Amino acid sequence: MTPIVVVDHVTRRYRGTTALRDVSTVLQEGTITGLLGRNGAGKSTLMRIITGQEFVSSGTVRVGGQNPLENDAVLRRMIFVKESQIYPDIKVKRALEAASWFYPNWDAELAGQLMDDFALPANRPIKKLSRGMHSAVGIVIGLAAHAEITLFDEPYLGLDAVARQIFYDRLLADYAEHPRTVLLSTHLIDEVANLLEHVIVIDRGRIVVDATADDLRGRAVTVSGRSSAVDEFVAHREVLKRQGVGSFTTATVTGPIDDLARARARDLNLDLGPVSLQEFVIQSSGDMRERISA
Amino acid sequence: MLDDGAPLFQQIADQLSSDIVDGALAEGAKVPSTNEFAAFYRINPATAAKGINVLVDDGILEKRRGIGMFVVMGARSRLIQLRRKEFAEQYVDPLVTEAKRLGIDTEALIEMIRRPPDRQRSDQRPTDAAQIDQATARNQATAIHQTTAEEEGEAS
Repeated sequence: MTPIVVVDHVTRRYRGTTALRDVSTVLQEGTITGLLGRNGAGKSTLMRIITGQEFVSSGTVRVGGQNPLENDAVLRRMIFVKESQIYPDIKVKRALEAASWFYPNWDAELAGQLMDDFALPANRPIKKLSRGMHSAVGIVIGLAAHAEITLFDEPYLGLDAVARQIFYDRLLADYAEHPRTVLLSTHLIDEVANLLEHVIVIDRGRIVVDATADDLRGRAVTVSGRSSAVDEFVAHREVLKRQGVGSFTTATVTGPIDDLARARARDLNLDLGPVSLQEFVIQSSGDMRERISA
Repeated sequence: MLDDGAPLFQQIADQLSSDIVDGALAEGAKVPSTNEFAAFYRINPATAAKGINVLVDDGILEKRRGIGMFVVMGARSRLIQLRRKEFAEQYVDPLVTEAKRLGIDTEALIEMIRRPPDRQRSDQRPTDAAQIDQATARNQATAIHQTTAEEEGEAS
């Protein structure tokens, strides 16, 4: 594993607010990392800082060992596709052409296939595209650039479920053939959970989870059954959440659950179930009520 | 298809070993590539690779340089041995636990395994009718088995 992006104690303050507080993380070369968190948590700020589009207030960022700020050699190794990407007033094919000049590894064949996949009209001005098609242009450019470091920030506003699945499938297929470092920020956690090798969760400017996806799967389980039995099972465990109806209780507890614990659950007639990544992220992202009242 | 709470790579390894035990993947057969697995299950290729490597470490699969991954000869019988060991824990223990909870004693449980309740019912009918019933059931079971095998053949 080689670190390709290193974020070291980065803080970013705007007037009156702190978008990132002392954030440190590393992206390993050739992995797909999910950047998850609520709106306003700091995901886009972090991505803009990595791509040299924003200054840090303190701390350092290194991409391939160099500072990305106004560094053409580094910027050509990266592509950043944003939710609200703004293009000049040109036709779709001109936008692709411009991208092909900038990105040294541009794959014209893939771009053509993706245009077909998303049924994008090459001769239509980008201005006249629907919201979903507009997003598709970003996805085509983001994938066809074959940039060493590819960042997608909520790239699929307006794309329906079928088009999103095309995006995931093409991303996986192309990544398999041309391994590269991908950072994908999204709210659709369950949709991407199996694509991710690594997961970073940001909450209110701080990184609260930074772990491999495999590791996270074992971190929490749900236990459900008779309340008294659940109580007995969770006695020495950290309970993240608890819900009951009548004498029935479901609790989310931190793992790991070993064979002994499994046997114990069986004796107590309890059901053990997986906790989805989405559920886990929600529970890691602090209390919603607290946030609304704050 | 993939979600029982176990790590994804483990589920891939389990799925592959099941295919070998069932015979869907014969000994000596070539195993789909990491990327094919990743695309099929829509998972990260690194995860698929990790799952395959579990079976390489266990000596179930072997890598032939430049050609691909293959099922080792003798892998099926070794997997069956392993699964028999796990059988008690995974199936018999829960069965006995639930039987105890319902007040079914060991003798009654053994009797139920020998003569499943639905067969006991058909035994009470006139002999020839029961025989026809059982023959039909057997034919159906064979037919189902064949369809499953065909489907698996198409899927792989």
